[in-house]
Amino acid sequence: MTTGERVTARSRAAGATRSAAPSRRPKRSWKAYLYVLPAFAVFALFLGVPTLQTVQYSFYTWDGISRATAAGLSNYAAVLQDPELRGAFLHAGVLMVFYAAIPVLLGLLLTMVISRANALRGMSAFRTVLFLPQVIASVVVATIWVSIYSQNGLLNQLLDGVGLGSLTRVWLGDYGTALIAIGFVGTWLNIGLCVVLFVSGVGNIQPELFEAARMDGAGALQEFFGITLPALRGQIAVALTLTVTSALKTFDLVYVTTRGGPGTSTTVPAFEAYNRAFNTGQVGAAAAVAVILTIVIMIITALIGRLQPKDVA
Amino acid sequence: MRITAREKVVSYVVLTVFAVFAILPLIGVLFSSVLPASANDGGFHVPTTFAFGNYLAAWTQGHFAAYLLSSVLVTVSVVILTILLSVLAGFAFARLSFIGTNIIFFVLLAGLMLPAEAFIIPLYFDLRGADLTDTYASLILPQTAQSLAFGVFWMRNQFRLFPSDVIEAARLDGASDLRVLWRVIVPPSVPAIATMSVLVAMWTWNEFLTPLVMITTDSRRTAPLGLAFFQGEHTTNYSLLSAAGVLVALPIVVLYFVLQRRFINGMVGGISSR
Repeated sequence: MTTGERVTARSRAAGATRSAAPSRRPKRSWKAYLYVLPAFAVFALFLGVPTLQTVQYSFYTWDGISRATAAGLSNYAAVLQDPELRGAFLHAGVLMVFYAAIPVLLGLLLTMVISRANALRGMSAFRTVLFLPQVIASVVVATIWVSIYSQNGLLNQLLDGVGLGSLTRVWLGDYGTALIAIGFVGTWLNIGLCVVLFVSGVGNIQPELFEAARMDGAGALQEFFGITLPALRGQIAVALTLTVTSALKTFDLVYVTTRGGPGTSTTVPAFEAYNRAFNTGQVGAAAAVAVILTIVIMIITALIGRLQPKDVA
Repeated sequence: MRITAREKVVSYVVLTVFAVFAILPLIGVLFSSVLPASANDGGFHVPTTFAFGNYLAAWTQGHFAAYLLSSVLVTVSVVILTILLSVLAGFAFARLSFIGTNIIFFVLLAGLMLPAEAFIIPLYFDLRGADLTDTYASLILPQTAQSLAFGVFWMRNQFRLFPSDVIEAARLDGASDLRVLWRVIVPPSVPAIATMSVLVAMWTWNEFLTPLVMITTDSRRTAPLGLAFFQGEHTTNYSLLSAAGVLVALPIVVLYFVLQRRFINGMVGGISSR
């Protein structure tokens, strides 16, 4: 898809209510429902209805087997009071720094360096390699990093190699480092995504803008803050949406690497929701965690959406 | 645009550093998968002898033949169902007129934002009530539902870009809606459908939570689920684990290298346009 098409697609999608109907649109027909119904039925049955049920479950105390009893808001109160649940949300906040903030900042830095040279040869090969972590199953990613963080793994090898052998440890088994170690995997995963997004955004900037700036004697920094950064607002918003939500949704990595441990030092909301529903028989509490997690994701998505430049969105 | 040679060198160096950072762990796992198990302490070692037997061992001891078969079955079913349902619904949203278009479309679109945790808990109890847990259907149907939010959105956008005059001409010739869709709109939309298919295939293949919740029978486990359990049983046999990891990741990675342009453009264009 070319950029022009993408922008059109985006503006049309957003403007569905405004002017979407082409003038030669056929008359309303009931047959249209036959086309929508199969997709909508599958969607509603296996996603829509269960989502509403999650809300319902969250107001009950239920172990998944015996009768459920009404619980009012107590499951929600527990999220605020139970240190384990509260901790899970705090951990998700830490992960956001590693999944979103660091990759976006590093991605921008990298883009600043290479934006003056977007005609670099071999750029598509770099793009392919940088993006590769995104396509590998997260369970595989988790097993790879389990060995990197192990006693004799790559990280400790590197530390030994540069004379920092005193820092070596089993990174995922250490209370102080386990969460950061998981976060760093997110950094590894998301840098490529950010770079690819930003570099493709730079490719959309009119070359004349750079030429003009250079005629006026702008340096690399001025060029970046004057032209590149403002032009990348849309891409930054997209990168933040994807990375922040992936931080909040983290489950596979935690499940495979630490199962929330050591202690409860790496529990996250998605893991708590799973664990309480299917292992410890606290279905109502799990549902409340799921509802809060969903609301947080929606609020953050909406907030980041405001970063999007209005003329495109 | 002309830049100085020094800037060019700096750009290449920086890009290379990041590329190495991205790929080093992946090369490490490839190396690890061919190291003899006795010589593998989990670290990064360039192999001098190649123990390809690790793959055979993972394949047989780890039941990966069964896991990969489950994954292929589920992925192919989800992709076919998603194509069929998304093309039909996308066509209606883009080209037909009916009351409630915006509301129905908005509901579907909301599905793009929902984390799996938002619906997986009741879904498990619902499917258990219908005697469907631990079947392939309990993976195929929910994962199709998850793909549809993206699929319908994607196809609708594609079909909106389709030139109206061509459709009008076909209609004047007396073609029905269904005929217009399959004979006029779908054939030139094959590239867009293909992009959607590879993305949905990747998401389905890599999905972990749904199989973890739904599947209890060993032979019905999908590849990522099988790997997670295998990991739990062989935590320090890094050779075997690496070989198993490569087996699980390989199908999508091969697909990625063959279709990388389609993958990246699809993800960058498709996801970012939501």
